[in-house]
Amino acid sequence: MAFEAIERTAKNIVLTVQDYSLFSYRAVMNLFHPPRYWTDFLIQSNIIGVGSTAIVLLSGFFTGGVLALQSAATLSQFGASAITGRFVSTTMIRELGPVLTGIMVAGRNASSMASELGSMVVTEQIDAMRALGVDPMRKLVTPRLFACIAMLLFLTILSDAFGIAGGGFVTVVMNHQNGTQYLSMAWEHLRYPDIIQGLVKPLFSGFLIASIGCFYGMRTTGGTEGVGRSTIDAVVFSSVLIIFFDFLLTQVLLTFFPPL
Amino acid sequence: MTETPASAHPAPLGSGPAADAESLPVVAFRHVSLRFDGPPVLDDVSFSIAPGETRILLGPAGVGKSVLLKLINGLLRPDQGSILLFGQEIATMSEERLFPLRTRTGMVFQEGALFDSLTVRDNVAYQLIQERVPDVEIDARVHQALKFVELDQTFDLFPGSLSGGMRRRVAIARALIHQPELILYDSPTGGLDPITSTTIIELVMKQRDVYRTPSILVTHRLQDAFTLSTHRFDQEQGHMVPLSKGQADPNTTYLMLEEGRLIFDGSIHDLVHSDNKFVREFLE
Repeated sequence: MAFEAIERTAKNIVLTVQDYSLFSYRAVMNLFHPPRYWTDFLIQSNIIGVGSTAIVLLSGFFTGGVLALQSAATLSQFGASAITGRFVSTTMIRELGPVLTGIMVAGRNASSMASELGSMVVTEQIDAMRALGVDPMRKLVTPRLFACIAMLLFLTILSDAFGIAGGGFVTVVMNHQNGTQYLSMAWEHLRYPDIIQGLVKPLFSGFLIASIGCFYGMRTTGGTEGVGRSTIDAVVFSSVLIIFFDFLLTQVLLTFFPPL
Repeated sequence: MTETPASAHPAPLGSGPAADAESLPVVAFRHVSLRFDGPPVLDDVSFSIAPGETRILLGPAGVGKSVLLKLINGLLRPDQGSILLFGQEIATMSEERLFPLRTRTGMVFQEGALFDSLTVRDNVAYQLIQERVPDVEIDARVHQALKFVELDQTFDLFPGSLSGGMRRRVAIARALIHQPELILYDSPTGGLDPITSTTIIELVMKQRDVYRTPSILVTHRLQDAFTLSTHRFDQEQGHMVPLSKGQADPNTTYLMLEEGRLIFDGSIHDLVHSDNKFVREFLE
C-alpha cells in the first residue's frame, strides 16, 4: 500500500514537471509566431510593473535600512563602519534586491495570475475563448510571461536604488555618519560583474513567477476551492523556486565572475 | 428511429464520392468513446447532424451531455472513434488547425461564460475584435446581435450587472455574431425561471427558423425540448406560434444519453412512443 502511494506520488510529480516544461516551452515559442498580443503585453506590464512599484520600493528601502543598521553595528567593532555603503550596495545589487523583489512580485502577481486564470477555467471562460478561435496560451499566458520578465528587471533596479537610499538614510539620520562617504563607498566599489549578477537573476525570477502562476491557474480544477488551492501552490512554488534558482545562479555566476 | 445500441446505426457519412456536399452531415460521430478517471463518460457514440437540422440532446445530469458538446468543436478529444466537423476529421487535428474551424461554430455555454472584465459590447464582439474589424462595423454588428436577443440597452454594461437570463442571451448574441454554420447550446435554460427559459427557447427557435442554422441543444428540460418541436417562429408576428395539433418540426430530432451510451436517436414521435425503459422513465 505504502509503496503504491509513493509510486503514485512520484508519477504525479514527474507528470507535473513534464506538463510544466511543455507549458513553458509553448508559452515562450508563441512569441516567435503570430498572432502576438502586444496590447495585452502592455496591459500586463502596467499591472505587474506599475502595480508592484509601491511594495517593491518600500521593501527595498527598508531592507537597505536594516542592512545599514546591522552592518554598521558589526563593522564599527572592527573600526570599519566607513564601508557600510559598500556593504549595502553590493548586498542589495547582487543578492537582496533581485531575491526580495522576486518574492514580493511573486506574492502579488503569481497569486493574481493563478486566481484570475483559475477563475476563468472554472467558469468556462477559457473554453469560451478557445471556442471563439482564440488560443488562451497566446492571449493570456505569453503576454504575462514576457511582461513579468521585463518588469521584474526594472523593478529590481528600482529596488536596488531604493535599498541603497534606505541604507543612506539610516547611515546619515540614525548612525550620524557621513552621507558623501556612504555614497562614494557604495559607488566606487561596484563592479560590472556585480551588476550583471543582479540583472541576470530577475530574468529567471520573472520567468518562474509568470510561468508557475499561469501554469497553476490554467490547470485549476474543483471550482472555487480549486482556485484557492492553485493560488497557494503558485505562490509557494514560485517563492521557493526563486530562492532555489538564486542559489544555483549565484554558484554559476561566481564561477564566471570570481570575487576579487 | 434509432434505438439501442446506437452503434448499430453508424452516422451517415455521405453515400460515396458522388454524395452532394450539401447533403453531407455538418457533424458526424463514429464510435466515439471517452473516459477520464473511472467509467467511460461516452461509450461508442455515433450520430450525425444534417444541414438545417436541430438535434436536442436529452438526458439527466452527469450522463456526458456537455462532454459530447465539447467534443464536437474539439474542446475535448476522444480516446477512440472519429469526429467529422464540416467534413474534416478533428479527433486528431492539432489545436492550431482547430482554431479556424471553431470560428465557424458558435457555442453557448451553460452559465454563459462571458468575460467578466469586458463590457457586453466587447464580449459580443470578441471574435470581430480579434479579426481587427473596424470599430464602426463592430458597433453596428453588436447592436444588431443584441437587438436579436432584445438586449440592446446592455451595450455598455459589464456582465456582473446582468441577471442570469440576460447573461445567457448575451452569450447567444456572442455565438451568433459571426454567423456560425453550426451552433452548440449547452443547457441554455438550465437554472432559469420558466418565463426566461421560454424567452431563450424562442431565440433558439428564431435562429432555427429564420436562418436555418444547424444546431445541437443540450437540455434536461423536456418542456423546452418539446416546445422546439411543437412550435415555429413567426417572423411577421415576431414571436413563436404553435404548429397545428399533431404536427412537429421535421428538422428537430432527439438524442438521448444514458450513462455515456446513446440509447435513442429519432423524432419526437418516436421518442414519445419509445418502449425503452430509461426513455419512458425520463419522459414520465
